[in-house]
Amino acid sequence: MKALCWEGVNKLSVENVPDPELRNDQDMIVRLVAGTTCGSDLHLIGGYIPAMRAGDVIGHEFIGEVVETGPGVRRHKVGDRVVVCSFVGCGRCWYCANDLWSLCDNTNTNPGIGQALFGYETGGIFGYSHAMGGLRGSHAEYVRVPFADYGAFPVPEGIDDTSALFVSDSVPTGWMGADLAGVKPGDVVAVWGCGAVGQMAARAAMLLGAERVISIDRIPERLAMTEQHVGSETIDYTSTDVAAELRERTGGRGPDVCIEAVGMEAHSDGPMHLYDQAKQQLRLQTDRPTAVRQAIHACRKAGTVFVLGVFAGAVDKFPLGAVINKGLTLRGAQQHGQRYIPMLLERMAAGELKTSHLATHTVSLEEAPKAYDMFKRKTDGCVRAVIRPGA
Amino acid sequence: MKKALWALPVVAAGVAVARKALPAGRADDRAGDRWLTVTINRSPAEVGSAGKPPAPLDRFGEDIDVRVRPAPGDRGTELAVRLKEPPSALASSAPARLAGEDPRQEVRLALREAKALLEAGEVMLPDSPPTTHATPGGKALGLLARRSGGEGVL
Ligand SMILES: NC(=O)c1ccc[n+]([C@@H]2O[C@H](COP(=O)([O-])OP(=O)(O)OC[C@H]3O[C@@H](n4cnc5c(N)ncnc54)[C@H](O)[C@@H]3O)[C@@H](O)[C@H]2O)c1
Ligand SMILES: [Zn+2]
Ligand SMILES: [Zn+2]
Repeated sequence: MKALCWEGVNKLSVENVPDPELRNDQDMIVRLVAGTTCGSDLHLIGGYIPAMRAGDVIGHEFIGEVVETGPGVRRHKVGDRVVVCSFVGCGRCWYCANDLWSLCDNTNTNPGIGQALFGYETGGIFGYSHAMGGLRGSHAEYVRVPFADYGAFPVPEGIDDTSALFVSDSVPTGWMGADLAGVKPGDVVAVWGCGAVGQMAARAAMLLGAERVISIDRIPERLAMTEQHVGSETIDYTSTDVAAELRERTGGRGPDVCIEAVGMEAHSDGPMHLYDQAKQQLRLQTDRPTAVRQAIHACRKAGTVFVLGVFAGAVDKFPLGAVINKGLTLRGAQQHGQRYIPMLLERMAAGELKTSHLATHTVSLEEAPKAYDMFKRKTDGCVRAVIRPGA
Repeated sequence: MKKALWALPVVAAGVAVARKALPAGRADDRAGDRWLTVTINRSPAEVGSAGKPPAPLDRFGEDIDVRVRPAPGDRGTELAVRLKEPPSALASSAPARLAGEDPRQEVRLALREAKALLEAGEVMLPDSPPTTHATPGGKALGLLARRSGGEGVL
């Protein structure tokens, strides 16, 4: 079959690879209907997460049709249309049982790298480097889904493929940020990043009752899209002092909750950017934490900062002083999709959550390397490119 | 230079292992050879007992000591295992660990598998056939993927 493979730093190509096989009783094979580019892929493609091997299939956010089920699969049958959570959870370890699915103990078949980097490994995720299990990604004609009863969800009739696709990863990620940051009625919430993840975090904050939501980015069409489709206020961080603007918009208090949805390749105009970039390129720090620093600085006293953006290793000039002196709560997580997906599908069916505007481009697998280039450079108004391997 | 930062945790783990492989301290003459433990989200009765460890640990037969006890705070059951014959300093040295020759690594793997079988009913296998092809960096990564930790950590 054809698949989109990582062949080296900034090198993607469509290759012929062997079809995936059922390996365990609880596996199933899904034929891809659609997948999408995610900001996380950029970190892998650019070599910022160095545990990739030439030939690895990328992609982790997808919807498809069940074509084969292992004998241990109970909840799905051939022909079902399913959206699959990007993280794989066994459903029965302590973490899964406590709804902390991305931390599953039993789904990372390469625990050594995560243990060396983080102390304990994360669960497995599709197409996301050998540190996260080395599973094949979903930008292919077929993908194997382990623990299918827990990770795949039937899509209700009324929800179209493109809308449902994002329930795999970006929607639950955004929802989790607002939920686990404890957003409640009356809060003012600031969200860094107007990519799919940031937009969905802003929308979740609203649905959880936030009084005001302020989204921050620099790309004009993303700011406009967020205002129009999500309904939050925006700040262009290149045109103003973000902390000062947030202070005045929040009655001098600062946002109650700050959600960072930018990640380790954050951009800035300041001198710190050159410093961070140089250090990152020399591998003296692995990540550029511009937006995290700003969120910590802008947050109100005793507020909460939630880091949704992916960081892989060590950062420099971390404002620990602000965390302790302002009594902040700092949290982060990879997404616990299985916890939210059924509820999110219901909200979509009820019209509370819209995602189709995120799909600014639709391409075939052959066009995927070019689409990733566009997504990386944010050209042509690209927010998410939807990849249809069958097209 | 390029790999400097990423290599750090691995080197640190290696150093820690080397240190622990030195002659054992006074307090416990097997200090460098502590019990290897996992917590299983099951009741002690489901996990087994010292005389009857769960699969695949049962295949070590008389070679291991086994301890089963409830984990605190409703977290399931702690299953601990130790080789009756402590591995020599050489067998648990950093090079032996990287080569996958420390006998405790095999015990750790069996513990991980016992946990997966009891909790999830199967040991999840990597995808097959692989789609990767050999590059020098990839090979090194493959080695580290299984053997980077210390004291039988995978
Ligand atoms: N935690 C999880 O489980 C999870 C899941 C999915 C994605 N992610 C991460 O979320 C992040 C965003 O993903 P995405 O798909 O939306 O990516 P994206 O690249 O489409 O969006 C990132 C946005 O951040 C903006 N940005 C850059 N620097 C900024 C700054 N200093 N201040 C404010 N905005 C800035 C960019 O202009 C861009 O619009 C990535 O780091 C991704 O890895 C995490
Ligand atoms: Zn993602
Ligand atoms: Zn689990």
